[in-house]
Amino acid sequence: MLEGTTAEIRERKALRVNPAKTCQPIGAMYASLGIHKCMPHSHGSQGCCAYHRSHLTRHHKEPIVATTSSFTEGASVFGGLANLKTALENIFTIYEPDIVSVHTTCLSEVIGDDIPTIVKKSEEAGIIPEGKMVIHANTPSFVGSHVTGFSVQCAAFVNYLAESNGAKKNVINIFPGWVEPADMRELKRIAELLGVEYILAPDTSDVLDSALDGEYKMYPDGGTTVSQLKAMGDSLATLALGPMASALAAEKLTKKCKVDHSILELPIGISATDAFVNALRIAGDVTVPRELEKERGRLVDMVSDMSQYLHRKKVAIFGDPDHLTPMIKFLVEVGMQPAVVVTGTKGKKWAQNIREICSEANPEVEVVPFSDIHYLHQWIKANPVDLLMGNTYGKYVAKSENLPFVRFGFPILDRVGHRAFPLLGYAGGLRLIEKITDAFFDKRDREDPDHEIELVL
Amino acid sequence: MKADEPTKVIQVLDDRAAQVWTKGSGEAFVCDRKSTAGSVTQRACAFCGSRVVLYPIADALHIVHGPIGCAVYNWDIRGSLSSGSQLHRNSFSTDLAEKEVIFGGEKKLEASLLELIEYYKPKAAFVYSTCIVGLIGDDVQAICRKVSKKTNIDCIPVDSPGFKGTKKTGYQAACEAAYKLVGTGDTSGISKYSINLMGEFNIGGEAWMIREYYERIGIEVVATITGDGRVDDLRRCHGAALNLVQCSGSMTHLAQLLEEEHGIPLKRVSFFGFEDTAQALYTAAEHFGDPELMCKAEELVRDEIAKYTPKIKAYRKELKGKKAALYVGGAFKAFSLVLALRALGMKTVLAGTQTGNAEDYKQLQDICDPGTVIVDDSNPLELAKFVLEKEVDLFIGGVKERPIAFKLGVAFCDHNHERKIPLAGFEGMLHFADEVAKSVLSPIWKFAPRHELRALKINTQIADTESP
Ligand code: SF4
Ligand code: SF4
Repeated sequence: MLEGTTAEIRERKALRVNPAKTCQPIGAMYASLGIHKCMPHSHGSQGCCAYHRSHLTRHHKEPIVATTSSFTEGASVFGGLANLKTALENIFTIYEPDIVSVHTTCLSEVIGDDIPTIVKKSEEAGIIPEGKMVIHANTPSFVGSHVTGFSVQCAAFVNYLAESNGAKKNVINIFPGWVEPADMRELKRIAELLGVEYILAPDTSDVLDSALDGEYKMYPDGGTTVSQLKAMGDSLATLALGPMASALAAEKLTKKCKVDHSILELPIGISATDAFVNALRIAGDVTVPRELEKERGRLVDMVSDMSQYLHRKKVAIFGDPDHLTPMIKFLVEVGMQPAVVVTGTKGKKWAQNIREICSEANPEVEVVPFSDIHYLHQWIKANPVDLLMGNTYGKYVAKSENLPFVRFGFPILDRVGHRAFPLLGYAGGLRLIEKITDAFFDKRDREDPDHEIELVL
Repeated sequence: MKADEPTKVIQVLDDRAAQVWTKGSGEAFVCDRKSTAGSVTQRACAFCGSRVVLYPIADALHIVHGPIGCAVYNWDIRGSLSSGSQLHRNSFSTDLAEKEVIFGGEKKLEASLLELIEYYKPKAAFVYSTCIVGLIGDDVQAICRKVSKKTNIDCIPVDSPGFKGTKKTGYQAACEAAYKLVGTGDTSGISKYSINLMGEFNIGGEAWMIREYYERIGIEVVATITGDGRVDDLRRCHGAALNLVQCSGSMTHLAQLLEEEHGIPLKRVSFFGFEDTAQALYTAAEHFGDPELMCKAEELVRDEIAKYTPKIKAYRKELKGKKAALYVGGAFKAFSLVLALRALGMKTVLAGTQTGNAEDYKQLQDICDPGTVIVDDSNPLELAKFVLEKEVDLFIGGVKERPIAFKLGVAFCDHNHERKIPLAGFEGMLHFADEVAKSVLSPIWKFAPRHELRALKINTQIADTESP
């Protein structure tokens, strides 16, 4: 692998080498974990579920709980009806969740199991206890990616749960998109600073970043509650952060309960955070507190201090579309030059938008949706860059090309920072600038000949 | 949990009751079953089993035929080292899309294989089919035959869709696949004292260490299967005079095939801990019946033990009396761990595996102390319950158990194949002791509520007895 890539770009028709995406159910599982007392359930063979749990565990370093229908050869021929019924029965008696969130896998989709019918039958058979719920999302992986899995799961929350009784409350819904628990915490902090009442859904903070308290809780304290999900229908407005992850749910909610929505980029960097803060301000009819303005000012200040080191630096970046758009905007804002942008998810329009964002900073930017890290690596070999940004899998490229590397996105399997510090908001911007300049400077300090080592940078 | 609240009794799934057993209870024990639908099982699938076993064959192409996820989750997650080619560390997937699900993925598979073989020029190719491949009706065998013919590179289908069973089912499929290569290479020049090391995956370089032991005593190692594996070694491994099989499940089937069809005897060994490692060397020496081999083996064992004992003793002093729980993949590993922990002065109070069979558990029960809880195919709640009840100091397990242990304020040691530290052989024992000590003796546990409470209780007791 490390030495296995050539600069010459081969045309590949068929296959994926070192993918920059993964499958839908893991997104559905992550979203469901952000609901309080919710058991994510994987309807398929046990392998998929085990994989998704392990992968999330490696990223969050937290216990990830989910159940599986444990398909056997029989189920794969005759369908998984019986398996799901038994599973629901066992889950409600033993693990006592408030809600079970079923998602499908490739296998159950190919077989064509009809989840709502199975759930209805289970209800009739008295398997689902009074006051408890089963919801579902279809997440075959041969369409979409982990991001769309997250998105359809969020839409399922709305479909099944949101209701309105006509009387609007002065509350703003926020769909956070696929971001870290620390980022969700940051979104809440900003909303609270502004004094806006909000419902954040899903919310994985205090679920996937819980404290060591000597107890193993199958359902940690955090998560959006079912009653909050229901109440979303009565809110004044919805802010959907990240079009790919959140738009679907917001649109559903508008249709179902007539809650107006705006679709925003994830608040990464200066202008995207401005847009979020502004949207919150308008929706909540509040003023932006001085404290938040100061935070913004500190970010602009740090960028100005560091601008000579950032200016025109060429960046290779890969990740999920929702993360990439505002991140690239931020890179442009601080004077850097996105050189190549790769995502594993499909998106022609998205690519066009990225080109527009880069039109001044670098009109030649190479934007490739539905591609992989192998391609990115080949491109870099032919067109050297100054910095690589992406998830952990980028480390192979960084190592073989000796590039400063800033980790962001999903998954991060080999560092801990993403668990504690947000990348969202102005605070997240400060951290990004720190990470980027650290990566540059560490390399310089390591490699500069003795006589060129600088004390003050 | 509050200080004086009794440990909340966590219900064990009714269906699973017989899969949990306490030594000395006199009840029957059931294992080797499919996971119950709806349980939070720690088990993976058959595909995962075959993939991890064949993965270390470094100069082969490993391509996963299926939707993207199946390939992503096992991309370079194992600590198996290769001394040369790193080809196996890439992730190749046909990334099946809706179109192929409807019209079949054969064309895409064929094109992928042809492209990859031309580009990487591998020695052979393994094609793993995942769950949906059979359902959409792809004839993977036929494609493999076709591509083999076109390219002159052996393309070997690995038939282990996940739903066929646990990892163990996958091991069988992996052995069948590997066996396709066996017997196709030249065996001339192989010593009469020669072995294959089977079920050794070269985690953190373990296979290199063990190979060196055997070479030092005059025994040739024909192939390490599959650690630091090479296609050509597999082709000629039938020329070895003896198979040493490590790790209960994964390579037994291949060893049996070699015994049945090539008359190579097999012996089960373990390289974990001083006793087991020494025994593994003696087993081979004894088998060949040459006193000189045995002489050299004894000398090696003496030297190595002398080299590491003083250091181990130092660790033993610090670890004595600590209690351990283990939950590992195979039963054979569990046996060795119980013994190794004992060597460090520690006691095993909970032992479980994902894939043990009746015979394995019988043996496990025999070597454990009375009162040890034994579980098959467990889940987090159950494990957490026993860890608290038994006041465990150290948990040994895999990726899914680590954060649970930490939440409970219990130390953890990774003994699965994702680690990168060699724990085998004489030197490995030192690494093991070090790993255990690093976690168990970490000052951080002082701040874990469980220990804070314990300390508080002891203090108040002392105060009580002191006050008149
Ligand atoms: S159970 Fe089947 S579909 Fe799931 S990971 Fe295993 S092989 Fe893939
Ligand atoms: S079968 Fe589908 S859902 Fe399961 S791991 Fe593979 S890609 Fe993901």
